[in-house]
Amino acid sequence: MTAPNHSWRNFKNAFMQTLACVCAILVVAPLLLVFYHLIKEGFTSINWAFFTQLPKPVGEPGGGMGNAIVGTFVLLAQAAVIGVPVGVLGGVFLSEYGGTKLNWWIRFAADILNGVPSITWGIVVYALLVVPMHGFSALAGGVVLGMMMIPLVMRTTEEVLQLVPGGYREAALALGISKWKTIVQIVIRTALKGIVTGVLLALARVAGETAPLLFTALGNQNWTHKLTEPIAAMPLQIFAYAISPYDDWHRQAWAGALVLLLLVFSINIGVRFLTRDRFRQKV
Amino acid sequence: MDNHFEMGLDELRQKLLTMASHAETAVNRAVQALVQRDAGLAQQVKDDDRVIDQFEVEIDEFAIQLLTKAPLATNLRLVTVAMKISQNLERIGDEATKIAKRARDLSQEPPIKLNLDLPRIAGLALDMLKTALDAFVNKDSAAARAIIPRDKEVDALNKQIHAVLVQHMEENPETIGRCLHWMVASKSLERIADHATNVAEDVVYLCEAQDIRHTGVKSQGSPSPGA
Amino acid sequence: MATDPNNPATALTVRNLSVFFGKNAAVKSVSLDIAACAVTAIIGPSGCGKSTFLRALNRMHELNPDARMEGEIRLFGDDIYSRSVESVAVRRRVGMVFQKSNPFPTMSIFENVTVGLRLNGVRSKKVLAERTEQSLRMSALWDEVKDRLHAPAISLSGGQQQRLCIARALAVQPEVLLMDEPASALDPLATSKIEDLILSLKKDYTIVIVTHNMQQAARASDFTAFFYLGELVEFGPTTKIFTSPAQKRTEDYVTGRFG
Repeated sequence: MTAPNHSWRNFKNAFMQTLACVCAILVVAPLLLVFYHLIKEGFTSINWAFFTQLPKPVGEPGGGMGNAIVGTFVLLAQAAVIGVPVGVLGGVFLSEYGGTKLNWWIRFAADILNGVPSITWGIVVYALLVVPMHGFSALAGGVVLGMMMIPLVMRTTEEVLQLVPGGYREAALALGISKWKTIVQIVIRTALKGIVTGVLLALARVAGETAPLLFTALGNQNWTHKLTEPIAAMPLQIFAYAISPYDDWHRQAWAGALVLLLLVFSINIGVRFLTRDRFRQKV
Repeated sequence: MDNHFEMGLDELRQKLLTMASHAETAVNRAVQALVQRDAGLAQQVKDDDRVIDQFEVEIDEFAIQLLTKAPLATNLRLVTVAMKISQNLERIGDEATKIAKRARDLSQEPPIKLNLDLPRIAGLALDMLKTALDAFVNKDSAAARAIIPRDKEVDALNKQIHAVLVQHMEENPETIGRCLHWMVASKSLERIADHATNVAEDVVYLCEAQDIRHTGVKSQGSPSPGA
Repeated sequence: MATDPNNPATALTVRNLSVFFGKNAAVKSVSLDIAACAVTAIIGPSGCGKSTFLRALNRMHELNPDARMEGEIRLFGDDIYSRSVESVAVRRRVGMVFQKSNPFPTMSIFENVTVGLRLNGVRSKKVLAERTEQSLRMSALWDEVKDRLHAPAISLSGGQQQRLCIARALAVQPEVLLMDEPASALDPLATSKIEDLILSLKKDYTIVIVTHNMQQAARASDFTAFFYLGELVEFGPTTKIFTSPAQKRTEDYVTGRFG
């Protein structure tokens, strides 16, 4: 080993290491920046009123985003009712009854749908539901979010089911257990954590969608009492407040953004907690 | 790539054949010492018996080692048969030593006036042994089977010699001591033929996987593949 | 246990069985009789069709959509491939244990053993408990786990897990137990426990075991079948196959000249 080679190699090592470090920081930095700004701007506006009260007209202090927060949950609930059964069962079909050309097309369609811009989803549901119903509605909002969830949940469910080793299916079938019972009681049960993770992450994803809601749920300054009425949702409200000229509303927008971020954040933390390794397998 | 196990089996066969040639030499020399009244040769046979005994120990040890490698089919039969053949060869060596001892004793006394055809019985026994060993090398089951009836011939010859010696002893009592030595020598040669027959039976087992010991004489059989 | 009145000593009669994957024949026109309450070993080099043959005995090859079979297999006289027979019913009579032990990870030891019963409608707690103890005793695992039946099944060691899988298969009281290289993933001590287990099970069960380990076949089986390139080359009592096989190909395989 000659001296010049040695030091050039060392330098390369150190350079690449530093570069990798800088890149890692660049990736994490935006998250930290976002948190910092949201907390700085929005934290002061978070109080009990924020979660329970309706927006007050401009000029009046106080008020909150209670209806938007409830609205977001109502929309997510509807999305789950639509997205979870169809998505999970679709994933089960792709994984367990696989092999045919049809499966290839379904997967292909799901992958394309996952890439469709969310505003397009909004326009489609506008034409399908809003126009025939002669009005924006919470139902339409739920439907669009649900439809967006379907290909996402379907693909994650399929992937998670594929991770279940074939040996378990074979063992169950060899015991004389029927195919459907094998799928439900053995395969899905083994993959359950993964499926729940996929569903929660899909929910977290659609919770923040704004564009599709513009064409379907529209938003509401009041409490919504029927699903056929327009409904407020956090992303919509934040958008409305942010582009308004009022400082008070801006403040509330920051707070709303912070709450929304915390919602998504806590779903992710929840998922990590659920999927922790509770016991180690003996080798 | 070498098949080390096959090489081990070849080594086993080689050891067996070397031991066999020592045994054959011992018998030849013992008979020669007897007929030519050569005490020195007799002593040599006695001394060389140690070598034959050592071979038996070595072959058994080597066979056990090969058994730990769990041989199957023909290989399994070969290893077990090798152990038996080595035992038979060792006994042949012991019989040769017995003949040598009698030869030494007889050389120290005047010869008796009797024409005993011991070389003939020795020749028969040695030929049976040689044929058995050739059958082992050539995996020739038919040749091995053909040896078995010849044992009767050797037995008959031994009886004949026995009868002649008994008569001589009755007529010449002063030769009893020396006649007894000759009787023992003849009996030893008959036993050598028995051992050669055992070797032939073992060769049949090796080639055909049939155990023909203690049954009537069979001269037909079919070889098993690979043997 | 049902017996064929024609031949009470035969559990499975296989006639001209061929198994195809697409155009390839993995098993070519094999005929053989599997004796009841005995252990039959199937040996042969990799790719000779022995696993495919085994899986045809309980219709597990049907899991592969390309698989197709011809010929006849009768279990104590019943044609297991007849149109009126469901594969699920066949598999309750002919159980299987696999090379890699696969206890269900989300279930406890007790749940694993009883899963075949529970998912087929058995609810009586008494029956489940009895069958669990019986099966775990038969697979020589009872003493080791009786105090922790509700511990997760994956907390057991490799050898214990395999015995658990055997108990799980026995709990549904099959007539025949198929084993596909059951000990190949285990250390020698665990392997010898499995072999002893096989020898004690054969009093009540017919066992067919595929193995690439000839010494294992020699130790644990009564009959041995030698497969080569999809064909049955030789079948007979184990001692004969391993001391004086009739076919040259068998002799060559068994003495290690190929495979």
